[in-house]
Amino acid sequence: MAAASFTAAKFLAPVAARSGGERAPPLPAGASSSSFARTLRRGGAHHPRLRTAFAVSSDLLAGNKAAQAAATHPAVTREEALELYEDMVLGRVFEDMCAQMYYRGKMFGFVHLYNGQEAVSTGFIKLLNQADCVVSTYRDHVHALSKGVPARSVMAELFGKATGCCRGQGGSMHMFSAPHNLLGGFAFIGEGIPVATGAAFAAKYRHEVLKESSPDGLDVTMAFFGDGTCNNGQFFECLNMAQLWKLPIVFVVENNLWAIGMSHLRATSDPEIWKKGPSFGMPGVHVDGMDVLKVREVAKEAIERARRGEGPTLVECETYRFRGHSLADPDELRKPDEKTHYAARDPITALKKYIIEQNLATESELKSIEKKIDDVVEEAVEFADASPHPPRSQLLENVFADPKGFGIGPDGTYRCEDPKFTQGTAQV
Amino acid sequence: MTTAFSLRAAAPATAPCAGVRSTSAARVVPVSAAPAGRGRMVARAAVAAKADAPSSAVAGKSDGHEVLLFEALREALIEEMKLDPTVCVFGEDVGHYGGSYKVTKGLADMFGDLRVLDTPIAENSFTGMGVGAGMKGLRPVVEGMNMGFLLLAYNQISNNCGMLHYTSGGQFKIPVVIRGPGGVGRQLGAEHSQRLESYFQSIPGLQMVACSTPYNAKGLMKAAIRSENPVVLFEHVLLYNLKEKIPDEEYVLCLEEAEMVRPGVHVTILTYSRMRYHVMQAAKTLVNKGYDPEVIDIRSLKPFDLHTIGNSIKKTHRVLIVEECMRTGGIGASLRSAIIDNFWDYLDAPIMCLSSQDVPTPYAATLEDATVVQPAQIVAAVEQICQ
Repeated sequence: MAAASFTAAKFLAPVAARSGGERAPPLPAGASSSSFARTLRRGGAHHPRLRTAFAVSSDLLAGNKAAQAAATHPAVTREEALELYEDMVLGRVFEDMCAQMYYRGKMFGFVHLYNGQEAVSTGFIKLLNQADCVVSTYRDHVHALSKGVPARSVMAELFGKATGCCRGQGGSMHMFSAPHNLLGGFAFIGEGIPVATGAAFAAKYRHEVLKESSPDGLDVTMAFFGDGTCNNGQFFECLNMAQLWKLPIVFVVENNLWAIGMSHLRATSDPEIWKKGPSFGMPGVHVDGMDVLKVREVAKEAIERARRGEGPTLVECETYRFRGHSLADPDELRKPDEKTHYAARDPITALKKYIIEQNLATESELKSIEKKIDDVVEEAVEFADASPHPPRSQLLENVFADPKGFGIGPDGTYRCEDPKFTQGTAQV
Repeated sequence: MTTAFSLRAAAPATAPCAGVRSTSAARVVPVSAAPAGRGRMVARAAVAAKADAPSSAVAGKSDGHEVLLFEALREALIEEMKLDPTVCVFGEDVGHYGGSYKVTKGLADMFGDLRVLDTPIAENSFTGMGVGAGMKGLRPVVEGMNMGFLLLAYNQISNNCGMLHYTSGGQFKIPVVIRGPGGVGRQLGAEHSQRLESYFQSIPGLQMVACSTPYNAKGLMKAAIRSENPVVLFEHVLLYNLKEKIPDEEYVLCLEEAEMVRPGVHVTILTYSRMRYHVMQAAKTLVNKGYDPEVIDIRSLKPFDLHTIGNSIKKTHRVLIVEECMRTGGIGASLRSAIIDNFWDYLDAPIMCLSSQDVPTPYAATLEDATVVQPAQIVAAVEQICQ
């Protein structure tokens, strides 16, 4: 069974014991890897090599202690560590700047910030090639940055300027970049997952039908979405199809325990999302999403699986957003001790500590990275500020890829030939 | 209700453009090859030299071959899939089963299981897959086994098909074709008798066409597949077995054009899909009564071909719209508005619109017949409008 080639052993550093949960008893000694098949039938909960881990929320935390994970991380090089650090700091500083700019009236509408979840974006996306695709949700700024979209393009888009990555037409929730294979930015939860599945299908099609192949293997697609989305039909439909056709896709659940004000535990009959993978025949993995090195290890495995054509993986990342759902969310329902618990597990602080303890870099080197990022983000704001607003003439330009779609006017010419079209004042 | 109707041969095709031939007059707009659809349109003014004769199936040299409408669609698919390896088909039972209406019969054997993909029953997700695949260079043809099932895909059709080109600032195109049989059949029950054209018409970024003959079915299918825009192709459950002789040579029709079915002078009757046949049946009666109706199959439901329609109205000054969708918010309602906006001064009478009743299609045959427009009503309407 192809799924057996997914070796979960690498990230088996014991996950922090959670209150309210219990560890599944390991299978008796001598259980072979073919027991994976039995495991699948049991929903994967008793796989000897995967510990059961439970999502935590304020409901469970009250009155219980969480043990510290004695994590042993696999080795990471200095270059890799600094790349990861820089990317996470960029995500954090950028989002903090968004909040400032929002309150200063430079950006508008719904803005959903990623603070606290940086380890997931960095841990996964920094392993991807340019040809690999990322599909996100409305909480997409940092995915865009990790995939390589310049900070100034994202900021200009947020300011609604013509120099934004989507010409100002998309906004916060619709970040796209063709050169970086960022396929959106979607406002409705779950609606990006089929798009990601289609992009993965196209990768397989290119390989098998068009006979285009790369020495790296198949191009991989990452679909990022949240815990709330995992109760949506599109999620399940796509898990089915992705596994059915062994598509090169990784489904990444950013389980931050809250869908606006709805606790994951109040919305979900079985809150262990990773278990839903084996129900469809794919590996389901749970990882500490506040630890970028653990995320990266899981990501490596999942991405390599996909590249080899072994199909999808469902990865549930336990993570947390330090801010409200959006800048409009008063965030009154989450309990202070839950917030404190996760603030103590800030992924950037954790990586910084690790880097210094492992002598991969000095404090001042990290500080200079932070300063560099501050400058990048400042420059992005200046660029966005100085950029022009889209002119009226832009209004109708991208409605159709082929503007003949506006039809034939009374005078027999295509309406897009009407000069008012290029001025943006035509009535369609 | 198969009607093999013979058509007078039309004038040969004029002004070909880049291998596309149409028997209607030149409508050629060379698009500047600017990236990401941001370029300006460079256009020659299209000359409305449309022949008054109806656009014909068989014109010119060869004899042509007879096909049923579903075979014409199938021919179009096969031709396009042979020409372009990125064209693929998604849908329920399109592969091994050959399609519920046999439009994809044999295609899986010809092109393989990946190009003719049998999907699980998950319209929203496989339509979304079509969008994602389209963004990454493929040209999927997504089949709804019945058009009504595509209601489940509304999220993807509206938000993603319609909008992604725009919200991405023109970076990604979605060249998908969404097709399937809709319309009122023979006692198929309310849910299998839906007309989705009225629901989809407001979605910006979408084009909609309705085929009604084997000839235009093949030509529109090819045009839809070649279009860079997302196109919804409406077929009708009762028209799949229409027989007609179509050209042996390759032809592609224009998505945005209407089709002159019967030139006339007394009244302009605008219709599409199955109602075209009810109109033509009424036309026989009308001719016997001394009327000379001009019948136009609008074909392009979004956008409307205001040129063909306008020229007709300028000639006849009277308009009757005959449609199968519901009265409320239907294609007829939009068409009426468009005509009033553009051709008010040419009208000698209020625009009449015959639509289906705002009723879920009943199962009982007598009631079902009463919900759609019948030829007798069309005759009566023309008589009234021509008073």
